[in-house]
Amino acid sequence: MTVTSCNIQKPNLGEVIEKYKEFPGSLLDLLHEVQEIDGYLSRDVMQQIAEGLGISESKVYGVATFYSLFKTAPTGQFIIRICESAPCHIRGAQEVLEAIEETLGIKPGETTLDGKFTLEFTSCLGLCGVAPAIMINDQVYGNLTSDRVKEVLLNF
Amino acid sequence: MTIYRSHVLVCGGTPCVLKGARTLKDLLLKEIERYQLSDEIRVVETGCLGPCDDGPVLIVYPEGAMYSKLKPTDILKIVEHHLLKGRIVEELVFRERKSSAGALQGSAVPLEQEKYLSLQKRVVLRNCGRINPDSIDEYIANNGYLALGQAVTTLTSDQVVKIVADSKLQGRGGAGFPTGLKWSFTAKTTSDQKYIICNADEGEPGTFKDRLIMEGDPHGIIEGMAIAGYAVGASQGIIYIRGEYGLSIERMKNAIKQATDYGLLGKKILGTEFNFEIDVRSGAGAYVCGEETALIESLEGNRGEPRVKPPFPGIAGLWGKPTIVNNVETLANIAPIILNGPEWFRSIGTENCPGTKVFTMLGDINNQGLVEVPMGITLREIVYEVGGGIPGGRGFKMAQTGGTSGGCLPSEFLDMPMDYDTLSKVGSALGSGAMLIIDDTHCIVDVLKSFMKFFCHESCGKCTPCREGTTRLYEIVLALSEGTATDTEIQLLKELSGAMQLSALCGLGQSAPNSLLTCLNFFADEFQAHLNGQCPSGICKNLTIESEAV
Ligand SMILES: Cc1cc2nc3c(=O)[nH]c(=O)nc-3n(C[C@H](O)[C@H](O)[C@H](O)COP(=O)(O)O)c2cc1C
Ligand code: SF4
Ligand code: FES
Ligand code: FES
Repeated sequence: MTVTSCNIQKPNLGEVIEKYKEFPGSLLDLLHEVQEIDGYLSRDVMQQIAEGLGISESKVYGVATFYSLFKTAPTGQFIIRICESAPCHIRGAQEVLEAIEETLGIKPGETTLDGKFTLEFTSCLGLCGVAPAIMINDQVYGNLTSDRVKEVLLNF
Repeated sequence: MTIYRSHVLVCGGTPCVLKGARTLKDLLLKEIERYQLSDEIRVVETGCLGPCDDGPVLIVYPEGAMYSKLKPTDILKIVEHHLLKGRIVEELVFRERKSSAGALQGSAVPLEQEKYLSLQKRVVLRNCGRINPDSIDEYIANNGYLALGQAVTTLTSDQVVKIVADSKLQGRGGAGFPTGLKWSFTAKTTSDQKYIICNADEGEPGTFKDRLIMEGDPHGIIEGMAIAGYAVGASQGIIYIRGEYGLSIERMKNAIKQATDYGLLGKKILGTEFNFEIDVRSGAGAYVCGEETALIESLEGNRGEPRVKPPFPGIAGLWGKPTIVNNVETLANIAPIILNGPEWFRSIGTENCPGTKVFTMLGDINNQGLVEVPMGITLREIVYEVGGGIPGGRGFKMAQTGGTSGGCLPSEFLDMPMDYDTLSKVGSALGSGAMLIIDDTHCIVDVLKSFMKFFCHESCGKCTPCREGTTRLYEIVLALSEGTATDTEIQLLKELSGAMQLSALCGLGQSAPNSLLTCLNFFADEFQAHLNGQCPSGICKNLTIESEAV
C-alpha cells in the first residue's frame, strides 16, 4: 500500500489498545484509530483487540461489520463513496456513477487493479444542498456532472 | 478596540467550502491588504448563510448585500467597487431565482425585502452566518450564555423544566415529542449519574440542517445542553456526531474547549454548584444509530441495534442511567426560550406546534438550501416563495416531507400547513424537515426504488418484519420498474407495509413503507401503467412510454 508523503508515525496497535482499555464503551473510537494503521481491520488485528480488551472475538467482529466506515478486508488507497439516496438520485447520481465506472473500469464494491480506488455506494452524506455528491476518503465533492467527476478523478 | 467600517461575512459552510469559498476568502484578504483597507474592513468566516446551491456566498454589512455564485474575478470587483468606492455590485447580488421577470432589477433591493428572506424567522439560526462560529466572544456579544447564566443563578431546575414545557417545544429530531415532558420524566428520577445526549447523527436522506447548525453556531448547542443538564440534574453531556461530518466535529470540539476555558463548562459553573461537561463522540456510518436507543448501544461500544422500549432512555438509557436524547435543533431552541419566555415562543408558528422549523429544500427547486420559517407555513409557500419555484417552469409532481421516512404528497396538498400534527394525519411526517420536491419529469416507481433501496441497506436486521420486509418491498418495486410485477404483488406490497408499520421494532421499519403507501394511494395510475409494461415518464429502461405503446 502506498505511504503518504508525510512521515507522521502511525499509531501502534498495542498502544492504541492500551489507551482505550480503561474506557468502557470506547470500542468504536478504538477501531477508528486502529483502522488508520493498515486501512482495514484484519482477522489477526481483531483477535489482538479482543485479547487486549478481554472481550470475545465475535463481539469485535460483530461491531466491525455493523458500521459501514469499518473495513474487514483491504481496500484501495482511495475509497470513493457515491451517494445513492433519493435527493442525489433525482439530481443525476446515476450519470455520475456511470462516469466513474467508465473512467475506472470498476463497479460498486470493486477495487481497481492497481489498488488505487475502491468504489462504494453510501446513503445520504448530508451534502444534498450540492447534490449529487461523493466523498473520496475524507474529502467531499458536490454538484457533480459526468465531466466534473472525471476531472476530480484525474487529480488523484 | 478597532471599529470597522464594514464587515464581510464569507460563508464557510461545507457546501460553500466545496465550491472554493476558502480560496475566495484568501483572495479577498489579499485584495483588502493591497488596497490597505485591513484596518477598516473585517473579514469573518461564518456558518451557512442559506442559499447553498448558489454558493459561494458572502454578505457585506452594514448594507447587507449578499453576493452569490462568486468567482475570483467577482471578488476583485467587489473589493474595488463596493469596499473601496461604496457602490454595490448589482449584477452579483443574490436574487431569489423566481425571476418574476426583472421586478428586482434596478437598484439593489435590501435583502430583507426579498421573499426568500422575508418569510424566514430566525431563532435556531439566529447566529448562523452572522458570527464567527470559532469565536466564543462573538457568541457572547450576541447574548450568548446569558440564558445559561439566568437559569443557573435565578431559576430552579423545576422552573426551567416548566418554562420549556410551557413553550410547547416539540423535539425536532423527527418524532415531535414534547421536550418539556421528556425532561420532566428524567428530572423526577434519582440517580448518581444522568446524561444529556445531543443527537447529531443526522442521516435521514435530504437532511443537512444539523450539520449546518453545528458548523454555524456550535455554542448555541452547548448552551442548550448545559441548560438541559441543569434542568434534569445531569453533569455529563455527550454529543454524538456522525463520522462523516469532519468540520462539525472540529467546530464542536473547539467550541467546547473555549466554553471550558471560560468556565461555562466544567465544575462550579458561574460560581454555582452546577457541574457540566461535554464529550464529543462520533459514529461510524449507520443510519439506524440516529434512533436514540441504537445510538446509546453505539456509545456503549456495541452494534447499533435498537433496544426494546420501554424502558425509555429518560428512565434507563446510557449505562442504564436516566438519559435525555435531544436533537441538535431542539437544543438550539432552548436558550432563546429561556431568554424570551414561553409566551414569545408560542407566538411563533401554530397553536399546537409553536416555534420555527429549519427545513432543507431540495430536489427540483430553484433555491436549494436551508431555511428557517414559522411552523405551519404551507407547502406552496415553501416551494414557490421561499424555494423560488421549480426550475425550467416544469410542473410540481409531489413533495416528500420529512425525508425518506416521510410520505409523498401530490399537488392537492400544496396549501396544507406544515406541522407535526397535520402531516401525520395524512400519512406523512414533518420528520427532520427535509423537503424533497419532485417535478413532473420523474417516475414514481423509479424514485421509490431509491427510497426502498435505502431502507433495505440501512435495516439493522434485528427484527424480522423489517429485515425481510424492506428487502421484499425493494424487490417488488424493482420488479415494477422492470415490468415483471403482477397484481398480486401490489396486493402483497400493501399487506406487507401494514404488517411492518404494526410490528417492526423501531421507527426505521415502521416508517419504511410511508412513501410507498402514500404513492400507491395518490399515484395509482402510474402503478397500473407499470403493471401494463409502460412507464409514462420514460425513465424505467425496460418499459415503453405510453404514447409509443399500442
Ligand atoms: C431510524 C431512525 C433514525 C433517526 N435518526 C435521527 C437523527 O439522525 N437525528 C435525530 O435527532 N433523531 C433521529 N431519530 C429520532 C430519535 O430516535 C429521537 O427521537 C430524537 O433524537 C429525540 O430528540 P428530539 O426529541 O429532540 O427530537 C431517528 C429515529 C429513527 C427511528
Ligand atoms: S425495525 Fe429495522 S432497523 Fe429497527 S430494529 Fe427492526 S430491523 Fe433494526
Ligand atoms: S442525498 Fe446525497 S448527500 Fe444527501
Ligand atoms: S453553505 Fe454557504 S450558503 Fe449554505
